Amino acid sequence: MKQLVEMGGIDKFFPGVHALKGVQFDLEPGEVHALMGENGAGKSTLMKILSGIYPRDGGTLKIGGQEANPTSPSEAQDLGIGIIHQELSLMNDLTAAQNIFIGREPRKSFGRLDEAALNTQTAEIFASMNLALDPRALVGSLTIAKQQMIEIAKALSFKSKVLIMDEPTAALNDAEIAELFVIIRRLKAEGVGIVYISHKMDELKQIADRVTVMRDGEYVGTVGAADTPISQIIAMMVGREVKEEPLEVPDLGDAEVSLQVSGLTRGKDIQDVSFSVQKGEILGFAGLMGAGRTEVARAIFGADTRDAGEIRVHGKSVAIKSPSDAVRAGIGYLSEDRKHFGLATGMNVRDNVALASMDLFTGTGGALDEAQLESTAKSYIAQLGIRTPSDVQEVRLLSGGNQQKVVIAKWLLRDCDILIFDEPTRGIDVGAKSEIYKLLEELASEGKTIIVISSELPEIMRLSHRIAVMCEGRLTGILPGGKSTTQEDIMHLATQREAAMQVTGTVQ
Amino acid sequence: MTTVSEASEKKPARGLAEGGTYQKLLAFASLIMLLIGFSIASPNFMQTSNMIAILQATSVNGVLAIAATLVIITGGIDLSVGTLMTFCAVIAGVVLTYLGMPLLIGVIAAIGAGALCGLISGTFVAKMKIPPFIATLGMMLILKGLSLVISGTRPIYFNDTPGFDLISRGSLIGEVFPALPIPNGVLILFIMAGVAAYILGRTVLGRYAFALGSNEEAVRLSGVNTDMWKMRIYALAGGICGIGGILIASRLNSAQPALGLGYELEAIAAVVIGGTSLSGGRGTILGTLIGALIMAVLTNGLRVLSVAQEWQTVVTGVIIILAVYADMVRRGKTG
Repeated sequence: MKQLVEMGGIDKFFPGVHALKGVQFDLEPGEVHALMGENGAGKSTLMKILSGIYPRDGGTLKIGGQEANPTSPSEAQDLGIGIIHQELSLMNDLTAAQNIFIGREPRKSFGRLDEAALNTQTAEIFASMNLALDPRALVGSLTIAKQQMIEIAKALSFKSKVLIMDEPTAALNDAEIAELFVIIRRLKAEGVGIVYISHKMDELKQIADRVTVMRDGEYVGTVGAADTPISQIIAMMVGREVKEEPLEVPDLGDAEVSLQVSGLTRGKDIQDVSFSVQKGEILGFAGLMGAGRTEVARAIFGADTRDAGEIRVHGKSVAIKSPSDAVRAGIGYLSEDRKHFGLATGMNVRDNVALASMDLFTGTGGALDEAQLESTAKSYIAQLGIRTPSDVQEVRLLSGGNQQKVVIAKWLLRDCDILIFDEPTRGIDVGAKSEIYKLLEELASEGKTIIVISSELPEIMRLSHRIAVMCEGRLTGILPGGKSTTQEDIMHLATQREAAMQVTGTVQ
Repeated sequence: MTTVSEASEKKPARGLAEGGTYQKLLAFASLIMLLIGFSIASPNFMQTSNMIAILQATSVNGVLAIAATLVIITGGIDLSVGTLMTFCAVIAGVVLTYLGMPLLIGVIAAIGAGALCGLISGTFVAKMKIPPFIATLGMMLILKGLSLVISGTRPIYFNDTPGFDLISRGSLIGEVFPALPIPNGVLILFIMAGVAAYILGRTVLGRYAFALGSNEEAVRLSGVNTDMWKMRIYALAGGICGIGGILIASRLNSAQPALGLGYELEAIAAVVIGGTSLSGGRGTILGTLIGALIMAVLTNGLRVLSVAQEWQTVVTGVIIILAVYADMVRRGKTG
């Protein structure tokens, strides 16, 4: 069969960086070809060359057997290459149909828009995808999953034969992922080739036919998805075998209860949630997307208001109305969205480490003690192993794992002994993940109280001494950590829509 | 990897230098080129008296631009700096001329009124979550109206307050160095610039100003009382406008209640030419100072060349667009 895409010996240079070193990639019609690699491995760069965003500095590119040289995204589109970016680029205030045909709307005379034709054509595309969606629906009112479908529809409307999907499931819940996979399988059947970029191993097994692994801008190899064990793919990605260390649940005995939450309620999002965590404990929060875990964390932290509920820190009831109250009580919150909620990305490492504790560095007249700021930042860089060229590097230039460490340093400096981690390893590559896990374990063994919210069950099971499971705003149960709890146990509670048992006392 | 080593060597003296360095170099180069160009075009331009006139003309706009810079760095905007300046001048007039209080009380009242109005704007923005553009637009109109009401729409003269006009027009430097009769207004501008640069670069207030402009929600979730810091910045900016009010009243030896509208745009123009980002998080006082000087040199130079007033305004507009375009080109190259 003729190859849809053939890339060979692709080279790409950025100032000071050899980003792609003779990389090869090919795509057959009707296959899902996963492209894997740690962040910075060059996946996105390779796909940007394919989709005309970057010119290549060397190598060959054939599309549909023809030499091709797309110099802009629209040229690539004309060649049948569609790309669906990780961050959706839709206009929320326009309808689905208006989004799909933006820039090439059907027109009547005198430049008037032909809304009827617009909606009919969109309905046809939706029908071909077997997607039940109103072309006139406002995009902003749709779920992320539906918005993604619209992006796909948009790509298909260009008669794309190649669809590049960059982390398409990052923001989807399990049901939505299943929906997406149905669409992908249908596209496959119609002979569309799909390049699938993802970090999630289990998805590859479900959807991919072949896997190409890249590392540090180099091509590592291409293997069949079905017959290659996940550990081998990971080994190809990181260049070494990643060993899963078994979790040892420490016996905390009657260690002090450092955080006790009772009757926490906020509208429908949080319904009467009560739990407690001991000093030195890691409490995992599992649940599906929208179960209310982040909402619980934000309510405890005072980032959102709450309707009812008491929060006791070290036995004392504390009135938390704003994040500054929570921080004063020693609670730190590390958001899943570091760029928006965790870091002042335009500022340097030094300032971000001190962001929550500037008062520690203030002398007379409000002057900052820059020397002390520097030495403090440097000591955290050393202690947490933050890889940065210097303490005045802007944090936006650091990798996800190192950005996360900067946020951790911020809270350690503020002397917070209760730390809530919301998706601590989202967007962090495999190698750096285990480093973050070790860090969390060290913090717990030093007597910090750790709450980890995660959508990845292996992560929850890897870390948690106890596992709290939520479903639709309710806490449906707390399970012991370690080997005695299986993924099935957690999923059972996570999908338990009616509370079978009331969770009241939570310390076992 | 060259960028990394540069970044690591850069000292974080942010208030005066870092951030938009290229833009500032460009702005500085433009300033020098303007000076050279006008000197060649007219022998009258490079005279000490004309240079001093340029500096004098910079002083009020410069002070207002410093106030605007502080707010813009937090990601906000202050449209009320011009009418607030007038309002403070009128307050000084009421206190000194109508109430006959001593000079110092009048100055303190003007600065205090400025800080209070800034605090009110800050409250609108921080507590009531009114977008800064709207909050300060409202404040701009309120203060314009109040200035007219309080003054009875008539100028208030400071003839009964001896020494008031010397605040701006006298020259302490000239007394020491007779060859350099730099007016006090200019001295005050440079002192204010130094103070503002120190606050931005070396104090918590300044660091939070940049942090707010960089990512306000992250700062709030760090447990920082963002509302309070924001209100402080607006109050500080307001107080600086109060100083601007004293300067202009002193220069005219009167508080002109109809004055003020349009000054905010000149101030913002100086800020933008100086490389401060309107989206917040980046900016310097030095840049703003250069921006204000460019505008004054341009106005003065064109006048020396007998270009009509109308055309001077057109040229200023073109310069603003070119300055921002240069910044965009730079960012397009690096980002």
